[in-house]
Amino acid sequence: MAQIAESGGGDHGKKGKKRAKKGSTHVDMTPMVDLAFLLLTFFVLTSTFSKPKVMPLNYPAKIEDLPNVKPPKVNNAATFVLADDKVYYYRGEFYTKANPGPDGPTQYEEANFGSGENSIRKLLASWNEYVIRNKAILEQKLDKKQIADSTFERKLDELTVDKEAVKVLIKTDDKALCKSFIDLVDELKIANVGVIAPTDLSPGEKELLKEKN
Amino acid sequence: MPKIKMPKGSPTIDMTPMVDLAFLLVTFFMLTASFRTAEPVTVETPSSISDKIIPTNVLMVTLDKDGRVFFNLSDPEARKEMLSSMLEKYKVNLNEEQVEEFSFMSTFGCTMQELPAYMSTEAAKRASFPTKGIPTDSTHNELLDWISFAASAAGNTGRTAFEEAKLKGVDPKMEDFKPKFILRVDSKTLYKDAAIVIDVFRELNLNNLNFVTSAEAIPVN
Repeated sequence: MAQIAESGGGDHGKKGKKRAKKGSTHVDMTPMVDLAFLLLTFFVLTSTFSKPKVMPLNYPAKIEDLPNVKPPKVNNAATFVLADDKVYYYRGEFYTKANPGPDGPTQYEEANFGSGENSIRKLLASWNEYVIRNKAILEQKLDKKQIADSTFERKLDELTVDKEAVKVLIKTDDKALCKSFIDLVDELKIANVGVIAPTDLSPGEKELLKEKN
Repeated sequence: MPKIKMPKGSPTIDMTPMVDLAFLLVTFFMLTASFRTAEPVTVETPSSISDKIIPTNVLMVTLDKDGRVFFNLSDPEARKEMLSSMLEKYKVNLNEEQVEEFSFMSTFGCTMQELPAYMSTEAAKRASFPTKGIPTDSTHNELLDWISFAASAAGNTGRTAFEEAKLKGVDPKMEDFKPKFILRVDSKTLYKDAAIVIDVFRELNLNNLNFVTSAEAIPVN
């Protein structure tokens, strides 16, 4: 039992002198302690420490579809196609069978979300090697205080939209889940991809996806 | 043989330090805890490495795993303004009490026709309110109206807050007071459903969206 003081209130008077009676200072603290621990347990179990975070993503502005206007050519582009549980990709422009490019019609390659062979992380790391290498140089400069924080941010922004940097288009099938979409965008952010454009599948791409399944 | 004498006397332990500690921890958890407001829908968000925390002046669209659409606006003042515009446009009536309650509610999701019934349902029972969420069809797009009214209302309150902060002498950035657009999707939501909501935002020329995610460690190399 919790006790505050051991010494009781006996009277030590010997010579019959009248003394103020010392009352016992025992207070039973058990209920209070019980309550304290109850509250403690409650708050420990109900409190959530991690606040949800947000991941910003800019969508291309909606413009009226103009006939006869082809989308601008993007150098160093990669396209990811999200199907229900698989991820495919191809580099550069899309060529149909009827209109093959220099290397014939486009074929989808399969990728995965792991970190081993053919994982999106490895692929992006090799495609975006230029940006990652230059970012490391910038970070070194920042560490040595050769450039200011604001300069670092600006240079990094410029770097990710550089001609050499990879640009990624994300196209989703009807059965794709939001989880795979966000995981993919996450991988792109890990690889410092600055230009991410979620767009719709073209008829040719849909056709090729059907063949795959 | 002499008997071993057991020490007599009460086995008292001074519990004061323990109690002190217990109360200290109770105080800490009480002060740091922020209670989650009752939400009519549970959403399991995907995870990302992003470390940006949710801003204050937000307009949030929630999609559950069946693709139902829910809506939330953080600022109570802006909510009132948005609601009155919506009631006027759809010719729906709510009484004073319901309007007041609406301005302090969190996420909601129902059609304008269902709104009076939704508001008269008890807060705890709203999660099981039978609804298909806010309609997003191109012919009857209530979400578009909610978002456009909410964006202008939140823009107004943001501007007022900015002016107030300016008068106080601090040097505020207008960017911090502008409403942000947040999309909260469940891991199992079809992207196709999210794309419908995203298209609504894009139609209103709001292209800067944020996805709610739970935090995840940044992989090393």
